Amino acid sequence: MTEGRDRDRDRAPNFESAPDGGSPVVAAADAADTTAKGEPDEKQATLTSDAWRELRHNPLFIVAGLVVALMLVIAAFPQLFAGQQPIMGQCSLSRSLLPPQQGAIFGTDVLGCDVYGAVIWGARPSIIIGLTVTAGVGIIATLVGSLAGFFGGGIDAILSRFTDVMLGFPFLVGAIVILSAFPDRTPLIVAGVLIVFGWAGLTRIMRSSVISAKDMDYVQAARALGATNGRILFRHILPNAITPLLVLVTIGVGGIIGAEAALTFLGVGLQAPTNSWGLSISQSQERFYQHPHILLFPSLFLSMTVLAFIVLGDAVRDAFDPKLR
Amino acid sequence: MGRYVIRRLLQVIPVFFGTTFIIFAGVFMLPGDPIRALFGDKSPGAAVINTIREKYHLNDPLLIQYYEYMKGVVVGDLGVNFRDRPVLDIILQAAPVSIKLGLTAFAFEIIVGILAGILAGLRRGGYFDNLVLIVTTLIISIPSFVLGFVSQLTLGLELGIFPVSSIREGWPYAYILPAMILAALGLASLTRLTRTSLVENLRADYVRTAIAKGLPRKRVIGRHAFRNSLIPVVTLLGIDIGSLISGAIITEGIFNLPGVGQALFRAIGAQENTVVVGISVALVLIFILANLIVDVLYGVLDPRIRYD
Amino acid sequence: MMTTTTDRTAREQRADEYAGPLLEVDNLSVEFRLRDRTVNAVNGISYTLAARETLAILGESGSGKSVSAQAIMGILDSPPGFITQGEVRFRGEDLLAMPEDQRRRIRGRRIAMVFQDALSALNPVFTVGDQIGEMFQVHLGMSKKDSRLRAVELMDKVRIPSAKDRVKDYPHQFSGGMRQRVMIAMGISLEPDILIADEPTTALDVTVQAQIMRLLKELQQDMSMGLILITHDLGVVADVADKIKVMYAGRIVEEADVHEIYARPAHPYTEGLLASIPRVDQKGTALATIPGQPPILSQIPAGCTFHPRCSWAQSICTTEEPELLTVAMGRHSRCHFWQDVLDAHQ
Repeated sequence: MTEGRDRDRDRAPNFESAPDGGSPVVAAADAADTTAKGEPDEKQATLTSDAWRELRHNPLFIVAGLVVALMLVIAAFPQLFAGQQPIMGQCSLSRSLLPPQQGAIFGTDVLGCDVYGAVIWGARPSIIIGLTVTAGVGIIATLVGSLAGFFGGGIDAILSRFTDVMLGFPFLVGAIVILSAFPDRTPLIVAGVLIVFGWAGLTRIMRSSVISAKDMDYVQAARALGATNGRILFRHILPNAITPLLVLVTIGVGGIIGAEAALTFLGVGLQAPTNSWGLSISQSQERFYQHPHILLFPSLFLSMTVLAFIVLGDAVRDAFDPKLR
Repeated sequence: MGRYVIRRLLQVIPVFFGTTFIIFAGVFMLPGDPIRALFGDKSPGAAVINTIREKYHLNDPLLIQYYEYMKGVVVGDLGVNFRDRPVLDIILQAAPVSIKLGLTAFAFEIIVGILAGILAGLRRGGYFDNLVLIVTTLIISIPSFVLGFVSQLTLGLELGIFPVSSIREGWPYAYILPAMILAALGLASLTRLTRTSLVENLRADYVRTAIAKGLPRKRVIGRHAFRNSLIPVVTLLGIDIGSLISGAIITEGIFNLPGVGQALFRAIGAQENTVVVGISVALVLIFILANLIVDVLYGVLDPRIRYD
Repeated sequence: MMTTTTDRTAREQRADEYAGPLLEVDNLSVEFRLRDRTVNAVNGISYTLAARETLAILGESGSGKSVSAQAIMGILDSPPGFITQGEVRFRGEDLLAMPEDQRRRIRGRRIAMVFQDALSALNPVFTVGDQIGEMFQVHLGMSKKDSRLRAVELMDKVRIPSAKDRVKDYPHQFSGGMRQRVMIAMGISLEPDILIADEPTTALDVTVQAQIMRLLKELQQDMSMGLILITHDLGVVADVADKIKVMYAGRIVEEADVHEIYARPAHPYTEGLLASIPRVDQKGTALATIPGQPPILSQIPAGCTFHPRCSWAQSICTTEEPELLTVAMGRHSRCHFWQDVLDAHQ
């Protein structure tokens, strides 16, 4: 206090520690502080409200959130940004491979189509697939995971076997094989296949979440009070078990958009005339050495979108997991 | 421990049959008639077609077809392609390239990933840690094929450090760039996980006990914290092998390496369903076995699992 | 067994050589510097421990009792914790002024610590035998085989049944009480001069608590150790301790021999603690509590730290912080009105 003899710092045997200390003293001080200062309306400090409070002040979250919001708007209303959709095969070949210039700010691609237009219109299928697959996987994982985790026994055995089988496929191999069989691949089909091969991973996590929640004292208490299975599952277990899922899912959207781009790049994803970032990149394969702009702009948009979702997801995860701070 | 291993082994069986059935059913139930495709433009008579169909059991119900196929798989007969070349042969010829690529990438990933993760974790909040976080986030976001192209362009063509295509230069030169690209995603995840795991464990109660026991710092971190930190990392490696396998398909394509991934690709394009199924089955089997090894390793590292 | 006898004799010799107390904590203060505030966790506490003596430090969470022990052991999380003043003299030598490697050699060997919640305090991936044996390997350079043998001996000593078989087991395979015995075995393994037990029974059942306390007492007498017992539970302390220091908000507010405190407390806080112990003969009446909350350590009230919750408080208590006033020989209280408190319990 007066003369700080920071002796322990010179030979700190304790390496790095949390800014807010693991010491019970500090924890008690923190707790005392909160209750003493008090939220204005005496609201209970839930994890969600604490997390939201932290997120609001996190610059990364705000920036990433804005980028995601922008992409969503572009996906929803591409006409606002680029006018007519550049349909492949309908662009004028005479204007092929022009560098960025007036009238075509991102230049034109091999087929003479406006790269800017292709990129803007390419947002929609990618993002729709990203969101649809995430929602689909999330719903299935929640359903199957909770049923398996909560009821255990025979139900768990069967559901887990299914899950194991689907987990036996290396990441994209199954999707590649199945998709290659469909001659006509709409975004819906691509999304469907991605859901089929994607639900298992998250399900397993949900299942272990539910299993650990099931053992908690508050579940025993609810049972003792006569709550039915349904009520316990919905009101007590699900809200608690679903947090890790939500966190993974926000990060996951980025991964799915990337996966769709990879599949399309390999030629088994979306097809022309659907504009897609993966398609633009795939078409740039032969020529990008001399004309980097045909690779650059779609890649930039794709990477930025994936990055924004991932940073968003990271921020959400850090906010919900106090241990990591 | 023994019971744990046996249980895991038993789990492998239904998973193997389940996955191969899905592949088989998916591919063979599809639109398009592979037999007519065999003949291209020519139109053979119905009798000819029927004979061939009988030969390949194509008139039998799906399950019988699957059964016949699996009988073959068990003895290593994965069928033949349109030119009567055994699929197994195709795989074995392409395998060395993929194995070299895969192992190089895996080694790179583990060494760099774990080292970087440990360094970042030990100096949490420091310069290196923040650098690692930023770089890994970027790597995770930029799709691997983009990274592949960009690296080809910069490191390969412009700077001329690495060859951009084919395996002419042999191992290691021809494989370094593709292996780094292939390893990129896994590396990023591994680094982050190692870091987080280490940070969590350094704050654990048992570390405080170890310090209170008067153990030297090296031992506390190197022995106590490290062992525990490795546990989730090992689990990640299992998932990672899957991404390596599918990532190889992309990487081999970009860098024109004649591996199994490229073979799969060509087969899809040529509609050679037998080859497609054969290669997929092989890949799935490798993946399942790799996961088995990882699970066993996990059991070795974490005794709490063994006694379930 | 030869080593043990020689060790003990050597130590007893040393103990007799040094005339002063085994451990002297002199005006120790620890603060935690956080992002937006500074917490005074420990504020100028002093106590001594003699060989073969049991000192109980009593207090609620946040009283600073654990932090002071961590400071003695040198395992304080620093940052954010910093020792801002004071000395900790072990056999006359100030531990805080020692270089770290010398201090590390004392840690675990001369002064050992036992923690609560053995499940998280023990490493889950190493066997119990490994963790106990490690003490011998690291401090005494013993071989793995020999240290394993010593581990079995120790497990026997703390009365873990079938020690020879269980030495190969992992912490999660033991019950709570057995695990705590493992922790104690680790603590006494090198026959330290001082054993600090930080809430050793808090995570355990009541019957197991009694067993563990008894074990600690026996081991202490057997090995002539000084024992510092940190707890919030008055019930646990009565049979075992010789002296008690009651801590509140980082300060010692009362110190006395154990019998005196239980019979006649001389501080309102101690009085409150005693009154709040549920007793069988009070069945049917309301439970007594100490009103209010422990203070926020970054905003300690002026005057006496306890005054907002004190039924004896008067205006002087809000302005003037009391010193540790002498109540009797070897007995002190940090209260302006200790005499009144004392008189109320004739």
